[in-house]
Amino acid sequence: MKLDTKIPQGKLEEKWRNYQVKSKLINPANKKKLNVIVVGSGLSGAGAAATLAELGYDVQCFCYQDSARRAHSVAAQGGINAAKNYQHDGDSVWRMFYDTLKGGDFRSREANTYRLAELSAPLIDHFTQQGVPFAREYGGVLVNRSFGGVQVQRTFYARGQTGKQLLLAAYSQLSKMIRAKKVSMFPRKEMLDLVVIDGKAKGIIVRDLVSGDIQRYAADTVVLATGGYSRVFRLSTMAIGCNGSAIWKAHKKGAFFAAPSFTQIHPTALPQSSEAQSKLTLMSESLRNDGRIWVPLKKGDSRKANEIPEEERDYYLERRYPSFGNLAPRDIASRAAKERIDAGYGVGRLKNAVYLDFKHAIKQFGLETIKDRYGNLFTMYQKITGVDAYTKPMQISPAAHFSMGGLWVDYELMTTIPGLYAIGECNFSDHGANRLGANSLLQASVDGYFILPNTINNYLASEIKETTVDTDHPAFFEVEKEVKEYIQQILSIDGNKTVDHFHRELGKVMWQECAMSRNKTGLEKAITQINKIKESFWSDVKVTGHSLELNTELEKALRLADFIELGLLMCTDALEREESCGAHFREEYQTADGEAVRLDDQYAYVSAWEYSNGDFKLHKEELEFEFVKPTVRSYK
Amino acid sequence: MKVAFRIWRQDNPNEKGGFKEYQVDNLNADMSFLEALDHLNELLVLRNEKVVAFEYDCREGICGQCGVFINGRAHGPHDNVTTCQLHMRSFQDGETIVIEPWRAKSFPVIKDLIVDRSAFDRIIEQGGYISAKTGTAPEANAIPIGKEISDRAMDAAACIGCGACVATCKNSSAALFTSAKINHLNLLPQGQPEAYRRVIEMTAQMAKEGFGHCTFTGACEVECPEGISITNIAEMNARYFKAKIFS
Repeated sequence: MKLDTKIPQGKLEEKWRNYQVKSKLINPANKKKLNVIVVGSGLSGAGAAATLAELGYDVQCFCYQDSARRAHSVAAQGGINAAKNYQHDGDSVWRMFYDTLKGGDFRSREANTYRLAELSAPLIDHFTQQGVPFAREYGGVLVNRSFGGVQVQRTFYARGQTGKQLLLAAYSQLSKMIRAKKVSMFPRKEMLDLVVIDGKAKGIIVRDLVSGDIQRYAADTVVLATGGYSRVFRLSTMAIGCNGSAIWKAHKKGAFFAAPSFTQIHPTALPQSSEAQSKLTLMSESLRNDGRIWVPLKKGDSRKANEIPEEERDYYLERRYPSFGNLAPRDIASRAAKERIDAGYGVGRLKNAVYLDFKHAIKQFGLETIKDRYGNLFTMYQKITGVDAYTKPMQISPAAHFSMGGLWVDYELMTTIPGLYAIGECNFSDHGANRLGANSLLQASVDGYFILPNTINNYLASEIKETTVDTDHPAFFEVEKEVKEYIQQILSIDGNKTVDHFHRELGKVMWQECAMSRNKTGLEKAITQINKIKESFWSDVKVTGHSLELNTELEKALRLADFIELGLLMCTDALEREESCGAHFREEYQTADGEAVRLDDQYAYVSAWEYSNGDFKLHKEELEFEFVKPTVRSYK
Repeated sequence: MKVAFRIWRQDNPNEKGGFKEYQVDNLNADMSFLEALDHLNELLVLRNEKVVAFEYDCREGICGQCGVFINGRAHGPHDNVTTCQLHMRSFQDGETIVIEPWRAKSFPVIKDLIVDRSAFDRIIEQGGYISAKTGTAPEANAIPIGKEISDRAMDAAACIGCGACVATCKNSSAALFTSAKINHLNLLPQGQPEAYRRVIEMTAQMAKEGFGHCTFTGACEVECPEGISITNIAEMNARYFKAKIFS
């Protein structure tokens, strides 16, 4: 199968307009007759659901949480990028496009990345109009700050809770359309499978998480906006409920999975403190604007941080990457931290952390300024660790954070299943092998608010002529039956180990072999181990309670069963890519001083995996760089 | 570390429910409170019992999904902290910890410690938004907003919708929640066109959902994880009167 990216003709800056001019339209009277299912209510899902409803479509929106306002976009702290050039520091759409493409180590499409940058400025206008209280100057204009991998200030923020404020704006707009009866909102319903009829996505099967009922929902098109799958590592910065099940089920129904192993490990999370830990809390990357990262020069130094004099500190990011310093991109900062920790310079009780120090910033700008910039992050740090970071440096450590990989989508954000779209973090589109900070809120929003509402019509225009499928179609009953049997199968195992037990096992393997640095032997070993975990899960897991009730243990088991299979694909993908690029660092491919070696002549493609009977078949989307020349990504 | 959890168990909304005590060993002080409950649930599974149903998602204090009454206080012993940000170091070894769901008529129990807070969503649906369609926005810097106003709007906008304010209020009032949203939007120039309608319709929905009236005890702001001040309620009342007179 040839992957058709549907990238429009023309110059880079004209492509999106060219697309819009040619895209088919639907008249308002017909839009009313068309139904859209949106799974997920985060920034991309809520943004899409609200906007599609405003356009006149009939929308049904689903989320597993108790309210649309909980989706994990809420947790993004630092900000959202936009090429407004308000700071007059030489920013432009082109520069933002180039930063994003380079940040992704030239493993994403030029056309998609350009469009992301192009649509960033109107997005800030949109959110301001929706009442997002972005940070402002006394004169009333918007403020910016910088983020990793970038030398201009283009990040907009709302204290340390930008994601929350954007999500609440999206949720507000969604609420408006719920009141207008154009969106039917279904919280506490989790998608368990996709219904494909005559090759097209026509509906979903969900489990009502309160009653346990399995229910069928039909529509003319299905949009997945289900977020990232970094919980495959168990310990991550994701919400506990974040999962990969919806996209995994879609994958098994024919949607190709692109670059599954590209996972961002965030450099500034709080370190793990015990085996029982369920998640790692992120400390926003924005802290790296003013905080300086260091470890002691002496191995195993047992002195307290404040007792170590300046000359005995190793500000290793500033040392290795003088031009970007503490603002080196995430993959580089994480790997550099891992390198120091592995070499025995880690700090903290478990020696698994590095320091992030604000001493100099407080001296330079004053305590009040630092409090104004990061107050809630310092408070959060104190709540979790009991330590006052205004007087002692923070301890931070890398943690799994973002899935660059996801369902393969074309320029219209459609997957390889006609009528099935993937938007936001659950697709692979704009970030390549590494996402720049403050680009995730941007991508989720742009996908949901601006792109999908302009591309979905191109598909639906031809669907008007088709007869509408309803949930009485035999295909719905068939999938419903499979889902019910699958649930019974899990419940009937009645083994002697908990779901969390298996999740910890999986997480350890994935973190060890498929995270910040990877190698052939390790990945092959990981595949064997995960297959064993899978076998053991299906013979030894124990889930109490039954299916027709609120059963949180069953929810976890269903999600984990998919994570195990996804883990296999991630390792397979990482094994296949014999080069280092972005977050994918293969130990066999590095320079003498430990920098990544990218092999453009062999690996300048997006891996797109097809599921076939438990096996994965590789397809390649060759990346063509028509407008920029890939260079060695250096931040030195 | 060892504690006894005395937990409210209720299989469904119609069942009466009651407390059940569980001894839990092998905890450590660095564990979060919810991780201790995870640990209990793993023990229950291995004992072939149903797990305790409780809510959480982000576990970093920002999504607002978690929230239980611990030893008679919403979100536990500390001021202004979510349940997920509470750690076992806040309890004594050997302590008995009493855990209940939010208690409010408008938040009916679904199961064990899980309640239905959809009343909050319905309040937001009555005007907790700015009616502007995607694609209609003017340039972001076209309307300057002074830092003081913007900061006050931000303070109010910080609400995470956890419901602790309702749970801790003797009247089960949702005034802090509702006022935070109204003030956030009504402070901003973008929120002006619908300012009067918003305050009238949202407060009407609040009453319709059965939340009690605010008698200004101040209990809510102590528990609010975002430290939202009760001055918001006074401000909402002022806005309400103004809206009644001028709209």
